[in-house]
Amino acid sequence: MKFTEEHEWIRPEDDEENVVTVGITDHAAEQLGDIVFVELPKEGRTVVKEDEVVVIESVKAASDIMAPLDGEIIEVNPALEENPGLVNEDPTGAGWFFKMRVEDLSALDDYMDEAAYKKFI
Amino acid sequence: MSDLKRTPLHALHLELGAKMVPFAGYEMPVQYTAGVMKEHLACRDGAALFDVSHMGQIILRHPDGPEAAAVALERIVPQSVIGLAEGRQRYGLLLNGAGGILDDLMIARRAEDLFLVVNAACLQADLDLLKDGLPDCDVRMLDRALIAIQGPAAEATLEAIAPGAAAMRFMDVAKLDSDHGTLWVSRSGYTGEDGYEVSVAAEEAEGLARAMLNGGAVPAGLGARDSLRLEAGLCLYGSDMDDTVTPVEADLTWAIQKVRRAGGEREGGFPGAAVVLGQMAEGAGRKRVGLKPVGRAPMRAGVALFDGERRVGEITSGGFGPTVGHPVAMGLVDIDHAGIGTTLEGELRGKRLPVEVVALPFRPATYKR
Repeated sequence: MKFTEEHEWIRPEDDEENVVTVGITDHAAEQLGDIVFVELPKEGRTVVKEDEVVVIESVKAASDIMAPLDGEIIEVNPALEENPGLVNEDPTGAGWFFKMRVEDLSALDDYMDEAAYKKFI
Repeated sequence: MSDLKRTPLHALHLELGAKMVPFAGYEMPVQYTAGVMKEHLACRDGAALFDVSHMGQIILRHPDGPEAAAVALERIVPQSVIGLAEGRQRYGLLLNGAGGILDDLMIARRAEDLFLVVNAACLQADLDLLKDGLPDCDVRMLDRALIAIQGPAAEATLEAIAPGAAAMRFMDVAKLDSDHGTLWVSRSGYTGEDGYEVSVAAEEAEGLARAMLNGGAVPAGLGARDSLRLEAGLCLYGSDMDDTVTPVEADLTWAIQKVRRAGGEREGGFPGAAVVLGQMAEGAGRKRVGLKPVGRAPMRAGVALFDGERRVGEITSGGFGPTVGHPVAMGLVDIDHAGIGTTLEGELRGKRLPVEVVALPFRPATYKR
């Protein structure tokens, strides 16, 4: 699993080539507070790195989540519509945001590993 | 945050794990470790403690006594202050010459004086206004702490600390003895819940707050205070109203007693009276309304409201209502689109989403009248 400076995690899928799952870290979920709404991108949308793809609304404020890589959104987490609080309960598991097919998985190498991220926060 | 002022409860906030933010020149807790949602629900289900010491506390005295102070204050507020009985409090407004709201405040009539509580951000301007407008009065700012305890369990908690609290009714004020000195207690608040606001000497504030926490109150920050007052349909100065909004536009005419209205015994005679009484007779062009986004996405302050291509208003404050379980908002809307049941569209991140004009409050108040 890799981490961005914007507190997103990116996990390459073992069983699907060039597919990654994206969410936010425990640290980010804690900072945002109680999440009440998550606006997810449309499946099939082509995105460029740093496009704003997700909006998270906590009781306090709205925050944007950017695409960490170039690629195509192939699946979004359907559970978040009914239960956005999953992002607080299990940010790195059931609270995932979307899966994307990326063109170049090696671009992941630019991001932090867990040890580096822990140092970063 | 070094140039920010601190309240007497600052050390306690840090001990309780508060996240501190700058607010109206003070370093204030926005939330504690429980988080906004739990703090909000704790206030609705039990009791929550809020430090509101940043708010301005002002004593108004007249050499001829409190009746004379009441007569004087009526020159600058549209409320009936003369008609306010000793031991009672009412919601008031300071207006400019155009009827715009300079601040909202609480006015308490006590045995010997009037006690005012004003918004922190407006304190200096309010003091100037009072001193200029009331040269016959002594206007004194106090450095006492102010603690609100709100929720269904507030009565029992405060009664144990300050006997006499339970016998008070909504908007009563009293001085009550306690182990933390004499407390100036009012049965009021800004959450829609039954509860109290307690003025206490600064050096006794931490002891009082600890006694309330030991009595079961949960510390709650500005975040919960905002979502609670939004559900209760209470407007926030600087968001839902400011010096460009009149009491009629803000739907606060209930706060102007009959005696100060057209045909009343003490009609007008306050700044902006011509505009305010004119709007009360003929209506204003826009009005503050409750707004319920139809979907799950909260609409916050600044979201423009449309009817087709016509822009008809703007959301002035909004967020998520933890008790009602859906997004809640208020806004200023053109009067011909302000009817309850009207569906408008809010422009959110480039998309138009439906939002319905609804009656306020979102959640009925539980005051002990």
